[in-house]
Amino acid sequence: MLEQHLAALPIILPLIAAPVALILGRSVLSWGFATLVSGLAFIFSWQLLTAALSEGVLSYAVGGWAPPWGIELRVDVANAFVLLAVTAISTLVLVYSKDSIEKEVKAANHSLYYTAHLLCLAGLSGILITGDAFNLFVFLEVSSLATYTLVSLAADRRCLTAAFRYLVMGTIGATFILIGVGMLYMKTGTLNMLDLAGRIDLYDSSRTINTGLAFIMVGVSIKLALFPLHMWLPPAYTHAPSAVTAFLASTATKVAVYVMIRFIFTVFGIEHVFVDMGMGLILMVLAVVAIFKCSYMATVQSNVKTVLAYSSVAQIGYMILGLSLVSVAGLMASMIHIFNHALMKGALFMAVGAVFYRVGSVDIKAFAGLGRKMPLTMAAFTIAGLSIIGVPLTVGFVSKWYLVTAALEQDNWIVAALVLLGSLFAIVYIGRVLEAAYFQKLPESQGSKSIKEVSWLMLVPMWVLVIANIYFGIDTTLTTDAANSASEWLFQADAMSESKVPEGQVSENHVLEERAQEVSS
Amino acid sequence: MNFILDYYNYWVVVFLMMAGFYIVISANNLVKKIVGLNVFQTSVFMLYISMGKVTGGTAPIVAEGVTQYSNPLPHVLILTAIVVGVATTAVGLALIVRIKRAYGTVEENEFENKDDAI
Repeated sequence: MLEQHLAALPIILPLIAAPVALILGRSVLSWGFATLVSGLAFIFSWQLLTAALSEGVLSYAVGGWAPPWGIELRVDVANAFVLLAVTAISTLVLVYSKDSIEKEVKAANHSLYYTAHLLCLAGLSGILITGDAFNLFVFLEVSSLATYTLVSLAADRRCLTAAFRYLVMGTIGATFILIGVGMLYMKTGTLNMLDLAGRIDLYDSSRTINTGLAFIMVGVSIKLALFPLHMWLPPAYTHAPSAVTAFLASTATKVAVYVMIRFIFTVFGIEHVFVDMGMGLILMVLAVVAIFKCSYMATVQSNVKTVLAYSSVAQIGYMILGLSLVSVAGLMASMIHIFNHALMKGALFMAVGAVFYRVGSVDIKAFAGLGRKMPLTMAAFTIAGLSIIGVPLTVGFVSKWYLVTAALEQDNWIVAALVLLGSLFAIVYIGRVLEAAYFQKLPESQGSKSIKEVSWLMLVPMWVLVIANIYFGIDTTLTTDAANSASEWLFQADAMSESKVPEGQVSENHVLEERAQEVSS
Repeated sequence: MNFILDYYNYWVVVFLMMAGFYIVISANNLVKKIVGLNVFQTSVFMLYISMGKVTGGTAPIVAEGVTQYSNPLPHVLILTAIVVGVATTAVGLALIVRIKRAYGTVEENEFENKDDAI
C-alpha cells in the first residue's frame, strides 16, 4: 500500500502535516511534530533515490488518471537526487530551529513558523517530483507563498519590506512561467512534460513556442536569482530569521535551478534551446558576470548574512555556468554543485545564526574574538567557508574540479580561468570574517564576558553538515554517481524524445492549431 | 488592419499586462503595487480563457445535437491560478498592514529612509 504511493508521499505528508502543526499550538509540540514529518519525508526520498537508481523512472498517476490527461508524478535520478538534499536540509534546519526561533521569532508565531516550513517543504518536493508543467506552477506558488511568510516572521521590521519586495518579484516570476506554459499549451494542447517534449520538436521554428521559452526562462531566472534578476535575494536573506535563511539558501534557489534544467533538457530539448535559440552564450555571460559582480559585492558588505547572500548569487552563477557548457560533464558539475552548495551554505548560515543567538548581531564587528568564545561554531564556519573557497578535501573543491574539467574538455580556457579567479573573491570575503573571529580581540564590555557556546541542539545539525562537507569531499562516490547518471539520463531522454509522438496524435495537433487560428479570426 | 482585428483578444491581454507591469514598477504606494500585480495576473487569466474558445463551439456541457465544444481545460487551469492570485494578494495585503504598523506609512520612498539601506 505504502510502497505503491511512495512517489506521492514526500508531497502529501508535509502538506497534511502543516495544518496539524498549527493546531498543536505549543511551540515544542509543533517543533517535534514538524521534525518527525520532515525526517519521514527524508526516509521516503532516500527510498525513492534507491528505487530510481535501480529501476530508472517511477511514474505515478495522481488520482488514478493516466498521463498525459491526468497529473503525473515522475521520479527519476535527477529529481530524486535533489529531493534527497532538500529533505535532508529541511530536517537538519528544523532540529536547529528550536533554539534559534525562540530567540528570533515572537512566541505567538512559533507554530506558524513550523506550519509555513512544512508547506514550503511540500511545495519544493512538489516542484521536484511533478511531471506536469502547470502543476509545477502551482507548487512553485505554494512554496513561494510559504517563503514570503517565513521571511516576514523575523522581529526586525526590515524583514517586512524585504518580504514584500520578494513577494512582488516572485509573483512576477511565477506569472511569467504561467504565461510561458500557456503559450506551450496553446501550440501543443498538452501540459505533461514528456508529452510536451515530443510535440515541441514538431514546431521547432514556431514563434509561439519560442516566446513561451523566453517567458519561462525569464520567470525561472527571477526565481533562482540569476544576475541581474537577483535584487530580491540579499535583503530577503539578510532580514529573515537565521533558520529560515539557512533553509532557503540551501533549498529554494537550488530547486529553481533544477526547474531550469528540467525545462531546458526535458521539455524544450538541448538543440532547440542552445543551437536554435542561442541560450548557451546568454546564460554563460550572465553566469560569469554574476560570479564576479556578486562576489565583489560580498567582499564590501559589513553584515555577514548579506555577505553570504551575495555569495549565494555568485554560487548560482557557477551552477548556471555548468549547464551553459552543454555537455554531460558540465551538467554533472551543476548537479553536484546544487547538492554541495546546499551543504556548505546550510552550515554557514547555521553558524551565523548561532552567533546571532549569543551575540545578538551579525555585523562583521560582532565576530571579533569569537574564535575563543565559540570555538565549535567558528570551526564549523571555517570549514564550510573553506568549502565555499574550494579548498581540497571539501565538497567545494569537488564542484570546482568538475566545473573546470568540463570547461577544459571543450578547450574553454577562459571560462576555466574565470572560475578559478572567482574563487579568489571567496578567499577575501570568508577571510574577513575569519580574521575578525581569530585575530581580533574580544571587545571589552560587560556583555561579551558571558558569551558562550550554543547548545548541542544547534551544534549537532551544523556539524552534521560540516562533516558531510568533508565526507563528500573525500568520498565522492554517492554524489558523482548520482549526478553522473542524472545528467547522462537527461541527455539521453532528450535524444529519445525526438521520435516519440505516435502518428495519430500529430494530426490531432494540427486540428487544435487550426482551431486556435479560427478563434482569433 | 486585420493584424489588429484578428488578434484583438491578444491586444487586450498585452495592454493589460503592460499596464499592470508599469504600475508595479512605478507605483510608490504599496497597495497600488498590489493592484498592479493583480491587473498583471488578470491579463494572463484572460490569455488562457480566450485561448480555450473554439469558433462555433458551445459551452462544454454534453447536449443533444451539439458536436463542437469549447475547450474547458484552460478555464479549469485558470480557476486554480485565480486561487493562487487571491492567496498572493492576501499575503501581500497582510504584509502591507504590518508594514503600516511598523513604519506608520505605506509609501515606499517614506519608509526607505527610516532604516539603513542594505
